[in-house]
Amino acid sequence: MGKPTGFLEYARRGIPARPRDERKADWREVYTGRPAGEVATQGARCMDCGIPFCQSPAGCPLGNLIPEWNDLVYRGDWREAIDRLHATNNFPEITGRVCPAPCEEACTLNVNEDPVSIKLLERSIADRAFAEKWVVPRPARTRTGRRVAVVGSGPAGMAGAQQLARGGHDVTLFERADRIGGLLRYGIPDFKMDKGVLDRRAEQMEAEGVTLRTGCHVGVDVPARELVDGFDAVLLACGCEEPRDLPIEGRELAGVHFALDFLIQQNRRLAGDVIDPAEEILATGKRVVVLGGGDTGSDCVGTSLRQGAASVLNLELLPKPPETRGPQPPWPWWPDKLITSHAHEEGGVRRWSVMTKRFLGDGDRESASGGRLRGLEAVEVAWGRDPETGRPVMQEEIEETRFTLECDLVIFALGYVHPVREGLLAQLETQGLHLTGRGHVATGRAWQTSLDKVFCAGDMTRGQSLVVHAIADGRRAARAVDEYLMGASELPAGPARDLPDMLAGGG
Amino acid sequence: MPHELLGAAARAEGFRLPEPGEYGVAMLFLPRDEELRAACEEAFGRAVAARGHDLLGWRTVPVDGDALGRIAREQEPVIRQAFIGRRSGDALGGSGDPNAFERALYVTRKAVERALVAAGARIPEDAYVVSLSSRTLIYKGLLLAWQLPRYFPDLMDTRMRSALALVHQRFSTNTLPEWNLAQPFRYLAHNGEINTLQGNANWMRAREALLGGGAFDGPGDVDLLKPIVRAGASDSACFDNVLELLIQGGRSLPHAIMMMIPEAWERDPRMSAALRGFYEYHAMLMEPWDGPASIAFTDGRTIGATLDRNGLRPSRYVVTKNGLVVMASEVGVLDLPASHIVRKGRLQPGRLFVADLAEHRILGDAEVKEAIATSKPYTRWVDEQKVRLEELPAPEEARKPGRDNLIRLERLFGYTREDETVFLTPMARTGKEPIGAMGDDTPLAVLSRRPRLLYDSFKQHFAQVSNPPIDAIREELVTSLVTMVGAEGDLLDETPEQAHLLELPHPILTNSQLAKLREVESGSFRSITLPALWTPPDGPDGPDGADGAPSAVEVLEAAVEELCRRAEAAVRDGRTVLILSDRLSLGQSEAGTPGGVERAALAPIPALLATEAGTPGGVERAALAPIPALLATGAVHHHLIRAGLRKRCGLVVESGEPRESHHFALLLGYGAHAVNPYLVFDILVEMVDDCRLRDPEDPAGPDRSSGAIDYTTARDNYIRAASKSLLKVLSKMGISTLQSYHGAQIFEAIGLDRELVARYFTGTPSNLGGAGLEAIAEASLHRHRSAHPERYAPPPRLDSGGEYAWRAEGEEHVWTPLAIAYLQKAVREDDAQAYARFADAVAEADGRRLTLRGLLAFKDGRRPVPLEEVEPEEAILARFKTGAMSLGSISAETHETLAIAMNRLGGRSNTGEGGEDERRFTPDASGDSRRSSIKQVASGRFGVTATYLANADEIQIKMAQGAKPGEGGQLPGPKVSVEIAAVRHSTPGVGLISPPPHHDIYSIEDLAQLIFDLKNANPRARINVKLVARAGVGTIAAGVAKGHADVVLIAGDSGGTGASPWSSIKHAGIPWEIGLAETHQVLVDTGLRSRIVVETDGGLKTGRDVVVAALLGAEEFGFSTAPLISLGCIYLRKCHLNTCSVGIATQRSELRKKFAGRPEHVERYFRFIAREVRELMAGLGFRNLDEMIGRADRLEAFAGDGGLPGQGPETLDLSPLLASRRKELAPTDLYCTIPQHHGLDGQLDHELIRMALPAIEDGLPVTGELPIRNAHRTVGTMLSHEIVRRHGSAGLPPGTIHFRFRGSAGQSFGAFLARGVRLDLQGDANDYLGKGLSGGELVLYPPPEAGFVAEENIIAGNVSFYGATGGAAYLRGMAGERFCVRNSGLSAVVEGVGDHGCEYMTGGRVVVLGAIGRNFAAGMSGGIAYVLADAAGHQSREDAARLVNPEMVELETLGEESEIEEIRQMIAAHRERTGSTVAAGVLDEWTQAVPRFLKVMPVDYKEALATGSAHREE
Repeated sequence: MGKPTGFLEYARRGIPARPRDERKADWREVYTGRPAGEVATQGARCMDCGIPFCQSPAGCPLGNLIPEWNDLVYRGDWREAIDRLHATNNFPEITGRVCPAPCEEACTLNVNEDPVSIKLLERSIADRAFAEKWVVPRPARTRTGRRVAVVGSGPAGMAGAQQLARGGHDVTLFERADRIGGLLRYGIPDFKMDKGVLDRRAEQMEAEGVTLRTGCHVGVDVPARELVDGFDAVLLACGCEEPRDLPIEGRELAGVHFALDFLIQQNRRLAGDVIDPAEEILATGKRVVVLGGGDTGSDCVGTSLRQGAASVLNLELLPKPPETRGPQPPWPWWPDKLITSHAHEEGGVRRWSVMTKRFLGDGDRESASGGRLRGLEAVEVAWGRDPETGRPVMQEEIEETRFTLECDLVIFALGYVHPVREGLLAQLETQGLHLTGRGHVATGRAWQTSLDKVFCAGDMTRGQSLVVHAIADGRRAARAVDEYLMGASELPAGPARDLPDMLAGGG
Repeated sequence: MPHELLGAAARAEGFRLPEPGEYGVAMLFLPRDEELRAACEEAFGRAVAARGHDLLGWRTVPVDGDALGRIAREQEPVIRQAFIGRRSGDALGGSGDPNAFERALYVTRKAVERALVAAGARIPEDAYVVSLSSRTLIYKGLLLAWQLPRYFPDLMDTRMRSALALVHQRFSTNTLPEWNLAQPFRYLAHNGEINTLQGNANWMRAREALLGGGAFDGPGDVDLLKPIVRAGASDSACFDNVLELLIQGGRSLPHAIMMMIPEAWERDPRMSAALRGFYEYHAMLMEPWDGPASIAFTDGRTIGATLDRNGLRPSRYVVTKNGLVVMASEVGVLDLPASHIVRKGRLQPGRLFVADLAEHRILGDAEVKEAIATSKPYTRWVDEQKVRLEELPAPEEARKPGRDNLIRLERLFGYTREDETVFLTPMARTGKEPIGAMGDDTPLAVLSRRPRLLYDSFKQHFAQVSNPPIDAIREELVTSLVTMVGAEGDLLDETPEQAHLLELPHPILTNSQLAKLREVESGSFRSITLPALWTPPDGPDGPDGADGAPSAVEVLEAAVEELCRRAEAAVRDGRTVLILSDRLSLGQSEAGTPGGVERAALAPIPALLATEAGTPGGVERAALAPIPALLATGAVHHHLIRAGLRKRCGLVVESGEPRESHHFALLLGYGAHAVNPYLVFDILVEMVDDCRLRDPEDPAGPDRSSGAIDYTTARDNYIRAASKSLLKVLSKMGISTLQSYHGAQIFEAIGLDRELVARYFTGTPSNLGGAGLEAIAEASLHRHRSAHPERYAPPPRLDSGGEYAWRAEGEEHVWTPLAIAYLQKAVREDDAQAYARFADAVAEADGRRLTLRGLLAFKDGRRPVPLEEVEPEEAILARFKTGAMSLGSISAETHETLAIAMNRLGGRSNTGEGGEDERRFTPDASGDSRRSSIKQVASGRFGVTATYLANADEIQIKMAQGAKPGEGGQLPGPKVSVEIAAVRHSTPGVGLISPPPHHDIYSIEDLAQLIFDLKNANPRARINVKLVARAGVGTIAAGVAKGHADVVLIAGDSGGTGASPWSSIKHAGIPWEIGLAETHQVLVDTGLRSRIVVETDGGLKTGRDVVVAALLGAEEFGFSTAPLISLGCIYLRKCHLNTCSVGIATQRSELRKKFAGRPEHVERYFRFIAREVRELMAGLGFRNLDEMIGRADRLEAFAGDGGLPGQGPETLDLSPLLASRRKELAPTDLYCTIPQHHGLDGQLDHELIRMALPAIEDGLPVTGELPIRNAHRTVGTMLSHEIVRRHGSAGLPPGTIHFRFRGSAGQSFGAFLARGVRLDLQGDANDYLGKGLSGGELVLYPPPEAGFVAEENIIAGNVSFYGATGGAAYLRGMAGERFCVRNSGLSAVVEGVGDHGCEYMTGGRVVVLGAIGRNFAAGMSGGIAYVLADAAGHQSREDAARLVNPEMVELETLGEESEIEEIRQMIAAHRERTGSTVAAGVLDEWTQAVPRFLKVMPVDYKEALATGSAHREE
């Protein structure tokens, strides 16, 4: 398999981005594809390892059969490639766009070379498969007559619903929004993923027998109890959407927003929805500060730039990571290194080790919001490392670095703490649903909650994480539900184990 | 018969003997228990009388019990002779049958044996008829040769006269010693091993049912003879039993020998038609008894000897003027003056040597054979009767392979994607078997949680030590894959009809070949197709009889029984070809055809018909599942044997299941004659259609069909690859022909229920028990459900598999991504916690149960001791070694880093096969040493010089390698860099072959000889013999201990490799746990344990592994893969492709630069292990490791549960591993406490060294003359050691030391002779002359007074100059087989050589002034040979050319002036040193002689010389 000397002959070529100025001017996807021949030589770089770390827990939670489709693409057998890709991943066109690709970090070539462009291959295979109309519904042979409710149509819910339908169950997928996809649709900007990919999956799922009930907010429109009573099993996959707040002085000022509110609006706008002007959050012409240096922060930076922000500043509390992989954690674990996204390349300024101390308003305390944002005050902090764990430890604020700056819009991209409690969860709690100390839904090995019939998958139980984990969880939970309903299951579910936490010191 | 002696003895006992020939003598071992003995004697007398003989009297044979050893005395029987008169009806001669009396005595002996059993004696333990004949008399016992005349005073009596004597002594290895098993047997003495014994014995049992009266007195007498072969007897005894039947049945002794050990006739173009006809005919009567054999035989009238087709055992003879013929395995056994000798010869492969005592003359091979071959019109019989498959009419419609519903069928038969990509694709594309790298770290089938195929529970046996593997590629002429199908005849008959069999050219049938068989209607051939199908119970779980319905296992069992019943009925009905078929669409197209399935026969499987009726395409057959083909085959085969019907039909398997050579080997080994793997062909059709067989180097362009191949090519390639691979499976056991392998069951089962094995695979060892039929049914159900999922749309593709590469959802592996990540983190950061996590991961602490040691828990016993009281880390580190990985398989950086690390730790690293750069023998300035303290000696002998050996602390003889036991290796040309060529004494860019066998080890005696040679080459080094675990390895290890090895290494099957066929990595050898436990137990039982160190390796990773190994009996421990991983190996498994991206298993300079390993990594790894060992020892209460060795009583089986029903750890019986041998023994008997006595004291070399001191110390010339005898072995080697120890490989200036010897030199004369030493031998030499010659010079010539013509007689034995790296040799006479095998630098002149001359040669020059034998230059990749042809008295050029194996060489004539001059000088030196008249003649007419030389030139070598890359060649 593979071309034994491929990695010696061809240089790595990743996913190409459109020119910066061009892409900044529109909302279309930043990344494009490559011609099939180029993708094939990238596939030839794969060494078909005896132990492919890329598909190990360190590389891919789905256990994607990466060496196999790399080889198939190299040989030009795209048809089998998509089948093998679909064997472990319901939505490769999604992960091919939004996954940070831990597989490439775990690639054995990455030990001392540039890794194989796995994400390029995944995306190319998926896009080709849709273009060739190879992606067709795969309905079950027989129906079981069992009814399953899946709540939440993010990646976990979609994957779970699709798997369960393929197992022959009558699946109803509940989504409070008007279209399915959850965070995929409204959290991720179009320039990262065109939402058409979700629509065609929705079609496929309907053809496989999934009933889509959008615009139905369980816990609001329908009492949770009704689901539990009316279905043979319920799979909760509502995500982890309670954002982390920064309750400092001036938090209440107009112009301080959570990232999701900002991003959802823009996505709706692009989808053709009309936004109430009173609610509108726009960066156009504004001096924007994005707090939080992660993926969501980057999405906010890119969105702000496209909206025509006057300036964008991205502040991160943690220290600036090294440009290349440091000694800890070692390969094949996810590295601690600086990630510069396409949005960062497009503009704006990034600063690290900055702690925001308070927001400054225009003094109009009479207004309902307590005034409009005018600026903020922040300070740099010094970081050290825990000798035991190697984790960064904040040491002190460096007083002499205290500064203030003017801004019109602050966006919190500080992560999410737990699932939204009110509504569905609160109702189920009264029936005995247990949450973890951190507010996530507690599940056992078989994804079962403390309530009979009720299962939970994705961020709602594991906490904020990657899309790829959500899909993996959805598949695993679907198998667990299938087993629960039928006594046995042969639904593929991927590797059971996650990568153990591996930080310095072997902890 | 020594009548004079016996007559006198009879008179003393009070009775008279009649004339010679009128009486027979029974030599009897009788019980010491007097009561039982009396009963035996009485029974004997009655039986003899009942047969109509007179019992003339008894005599107690005088013996001297003091001559016996301890074990012999414990078992000593009472030895008596009984005298039996001739019956008047038994003619003595004249017109009557001269053999009638002997025949009668044979039947009588069998009758007596029955009577003895009836009298309550066990045969042969209590009572045993040693011989009963009127012509021969056997004196034997548990005796050494020197004890024999002392024990039996008869033998020293001058009246003991005989025209012949057959004496045999050997080193008994494969059986524990017993009196009755001593050689010779009634008709023969055998030096060798019958590898196919199990099959031969089974087939004889099957044939018994067909025996008619023959020359015997009717069927009644014949019935008395059964069983012909006594169960459980040794190979020699069984052979003797059958030989006896054939002789007494009316064939002459040479005739019977030719039947049982046919020469390699299949591919010999020179053989006469009559002789070929003879062999072809007899091949239909009996399969060869295959294996290395030197058999001496006599019936009292003729005496002779023969060698098997491979000729791997030596036999030399001399004939004297006064008619004495002396044949022995060595020359020089008796002192005979040279002037009396008229002929010196050797036995050749497959040739007979017979002396007729009636005619008083020696009969040559051709004479004997032609006479027998023309005694009947065998050729005509064969021509008229034999049917060849290709002659059969093509059926109207053969089943076309097709791709319908393929995935479903593949799932039904358990295919994974790897079956397609790892096996079928490369096989169909290239016609070669697939190669992999590193070891097998997947669980035993019984421990797997995936439904494994039944094949996975069987491990291939392989040859080591007591018999050699063969080289099926380079020595193809001895091999054959032909099988015969049909009903066999009566072995005692000789009729034309016995040739009425159907010949198949190879056992893998295409669909149209199968169709021919199915529709055969020719002569007696009638076929029937029997469905090998069953109907699994419904439901996702196959409800186990919950509501009274039969469980899956019951249904399967009934289906198998039904299949056997039908097979039996079919044979009774006269069907001669049974086709067991798992085609689901059976009964449709075939119904109504002559050979087809009859619908009525299918009635008991109603579901079959029910489903078939509805579906025309044979697609949806969810109701049916295949019976695993191996189960069906074994069941039918053994059922028919038990029913006495097996020889009346051929058995053909039509199955979708088999796909790799291991599958075919098993099906054939358990009785199938041929296999049609139809699903493989279906898949190939799809692969061809989808262009999946394109050249992988042809990048995927728009036209995917470019570089594609068609179906027929793909199919033929596949069959070729499978056949080659199959041949390799045979040859790794030392078996040459499929006919012998067929039904020979050369496997052991691991993890299969013993009852299941006894029933369906009768006679196969299954030491640990394991999964039963329930697990087989369950796995079958699982596959069935996977093919027919109830609810889900079946996946469009196959599952990944994960056997050959790790997969997230595939088969489990011990090496996981996390284990590697943790280990690398641990050694790079000196992180003990990461090591602990690694150890947990691989020690199956997570509940995975993958290995046998993972099933063993430590048992409480002693009170723990404080850690401080446990011996220090250093003491434990000294027991650690890194494995034999050659420079070549791994990079120099890796090799040297390992050596530095082990030297720092006080452990040992191993060179592997491939030499070592001499610069590494001197420590670095930093104080680090890159010298490997273990030097390996493997079959290629690359870089094995006197200097290399002198720089060893331990020398390891690699008999086998865990990943590929029984196989050689090949280093492809691109990996032979300048650097590697230098240490291997070869040419850069020219590929190197390591042969499967050591060509100086064909037997345990040979191994002892090599041990002795190496000990001479370095008296300070320990000698280590590396074996691979298999059933019976303990007995071999005992032989190794008796051969004076200091260390025996038991390697497990999971050991790694740089490149091996996948079938070998996966399916040969067994876990070290079993082999180690057995070895320790046998060594303790035989009292040898204290004399030898036991080492183990093969996948050791942690301190826990070390402790388990110690408790099972090991005191030293080897590691390979884990140290490599410490150095950065990430288990790419690409070692064989030279593309290792971390610079470890590669020779590419750009990749080697990426090597990031450091000695500290390895040091830390071993220190972690040593610490873990100490902690475990403290917990177990042991203060030092020696106390722990063999304490298997401190281990117990984990209580665990498995995955699939009927399978898993709880089905295994681990008690054989845990049998403790501690009772009644001193602790010092449990590990090595006594150094071996190597017997170097008496070496001639002490004298030589003394004489040579002025030369060694001061470089002064030294000469000397000494007599020599064949007891003087390995002469000159210790002397050479002294020279290279002081002077390195440069040695001394040529000719500094010159010794002259007179006499017959023992084996290994001049082995590893160093530069500066010249030994002249006036006389002759035995085998292994100049082994490993390292720059010295050897000159051999006969004494001037010799009564024979030098160039027509043998002066040196077999395998001369094996692995020579330099020097010169001149032999005035002919040498035996394999002259200059693997020579890489010697210049030699010889006057004739036997078969396989210059085999595997890689360098040097060989001039043959005489005839060459067959297969000259096979595998020769370097050096040049010159053969003088066309001269008077020489072979013609054409004849010589035909004997050259053309695979790697070209034939040329002498061209360049410098070359002609070089040859002339060699010949001139030969004349000058030996006085050769042949050389003189050539030189006298030099210009005429030049064009007569046939120059044998390796193609690659020529190319390398031309491109100048051979500049280093000396």
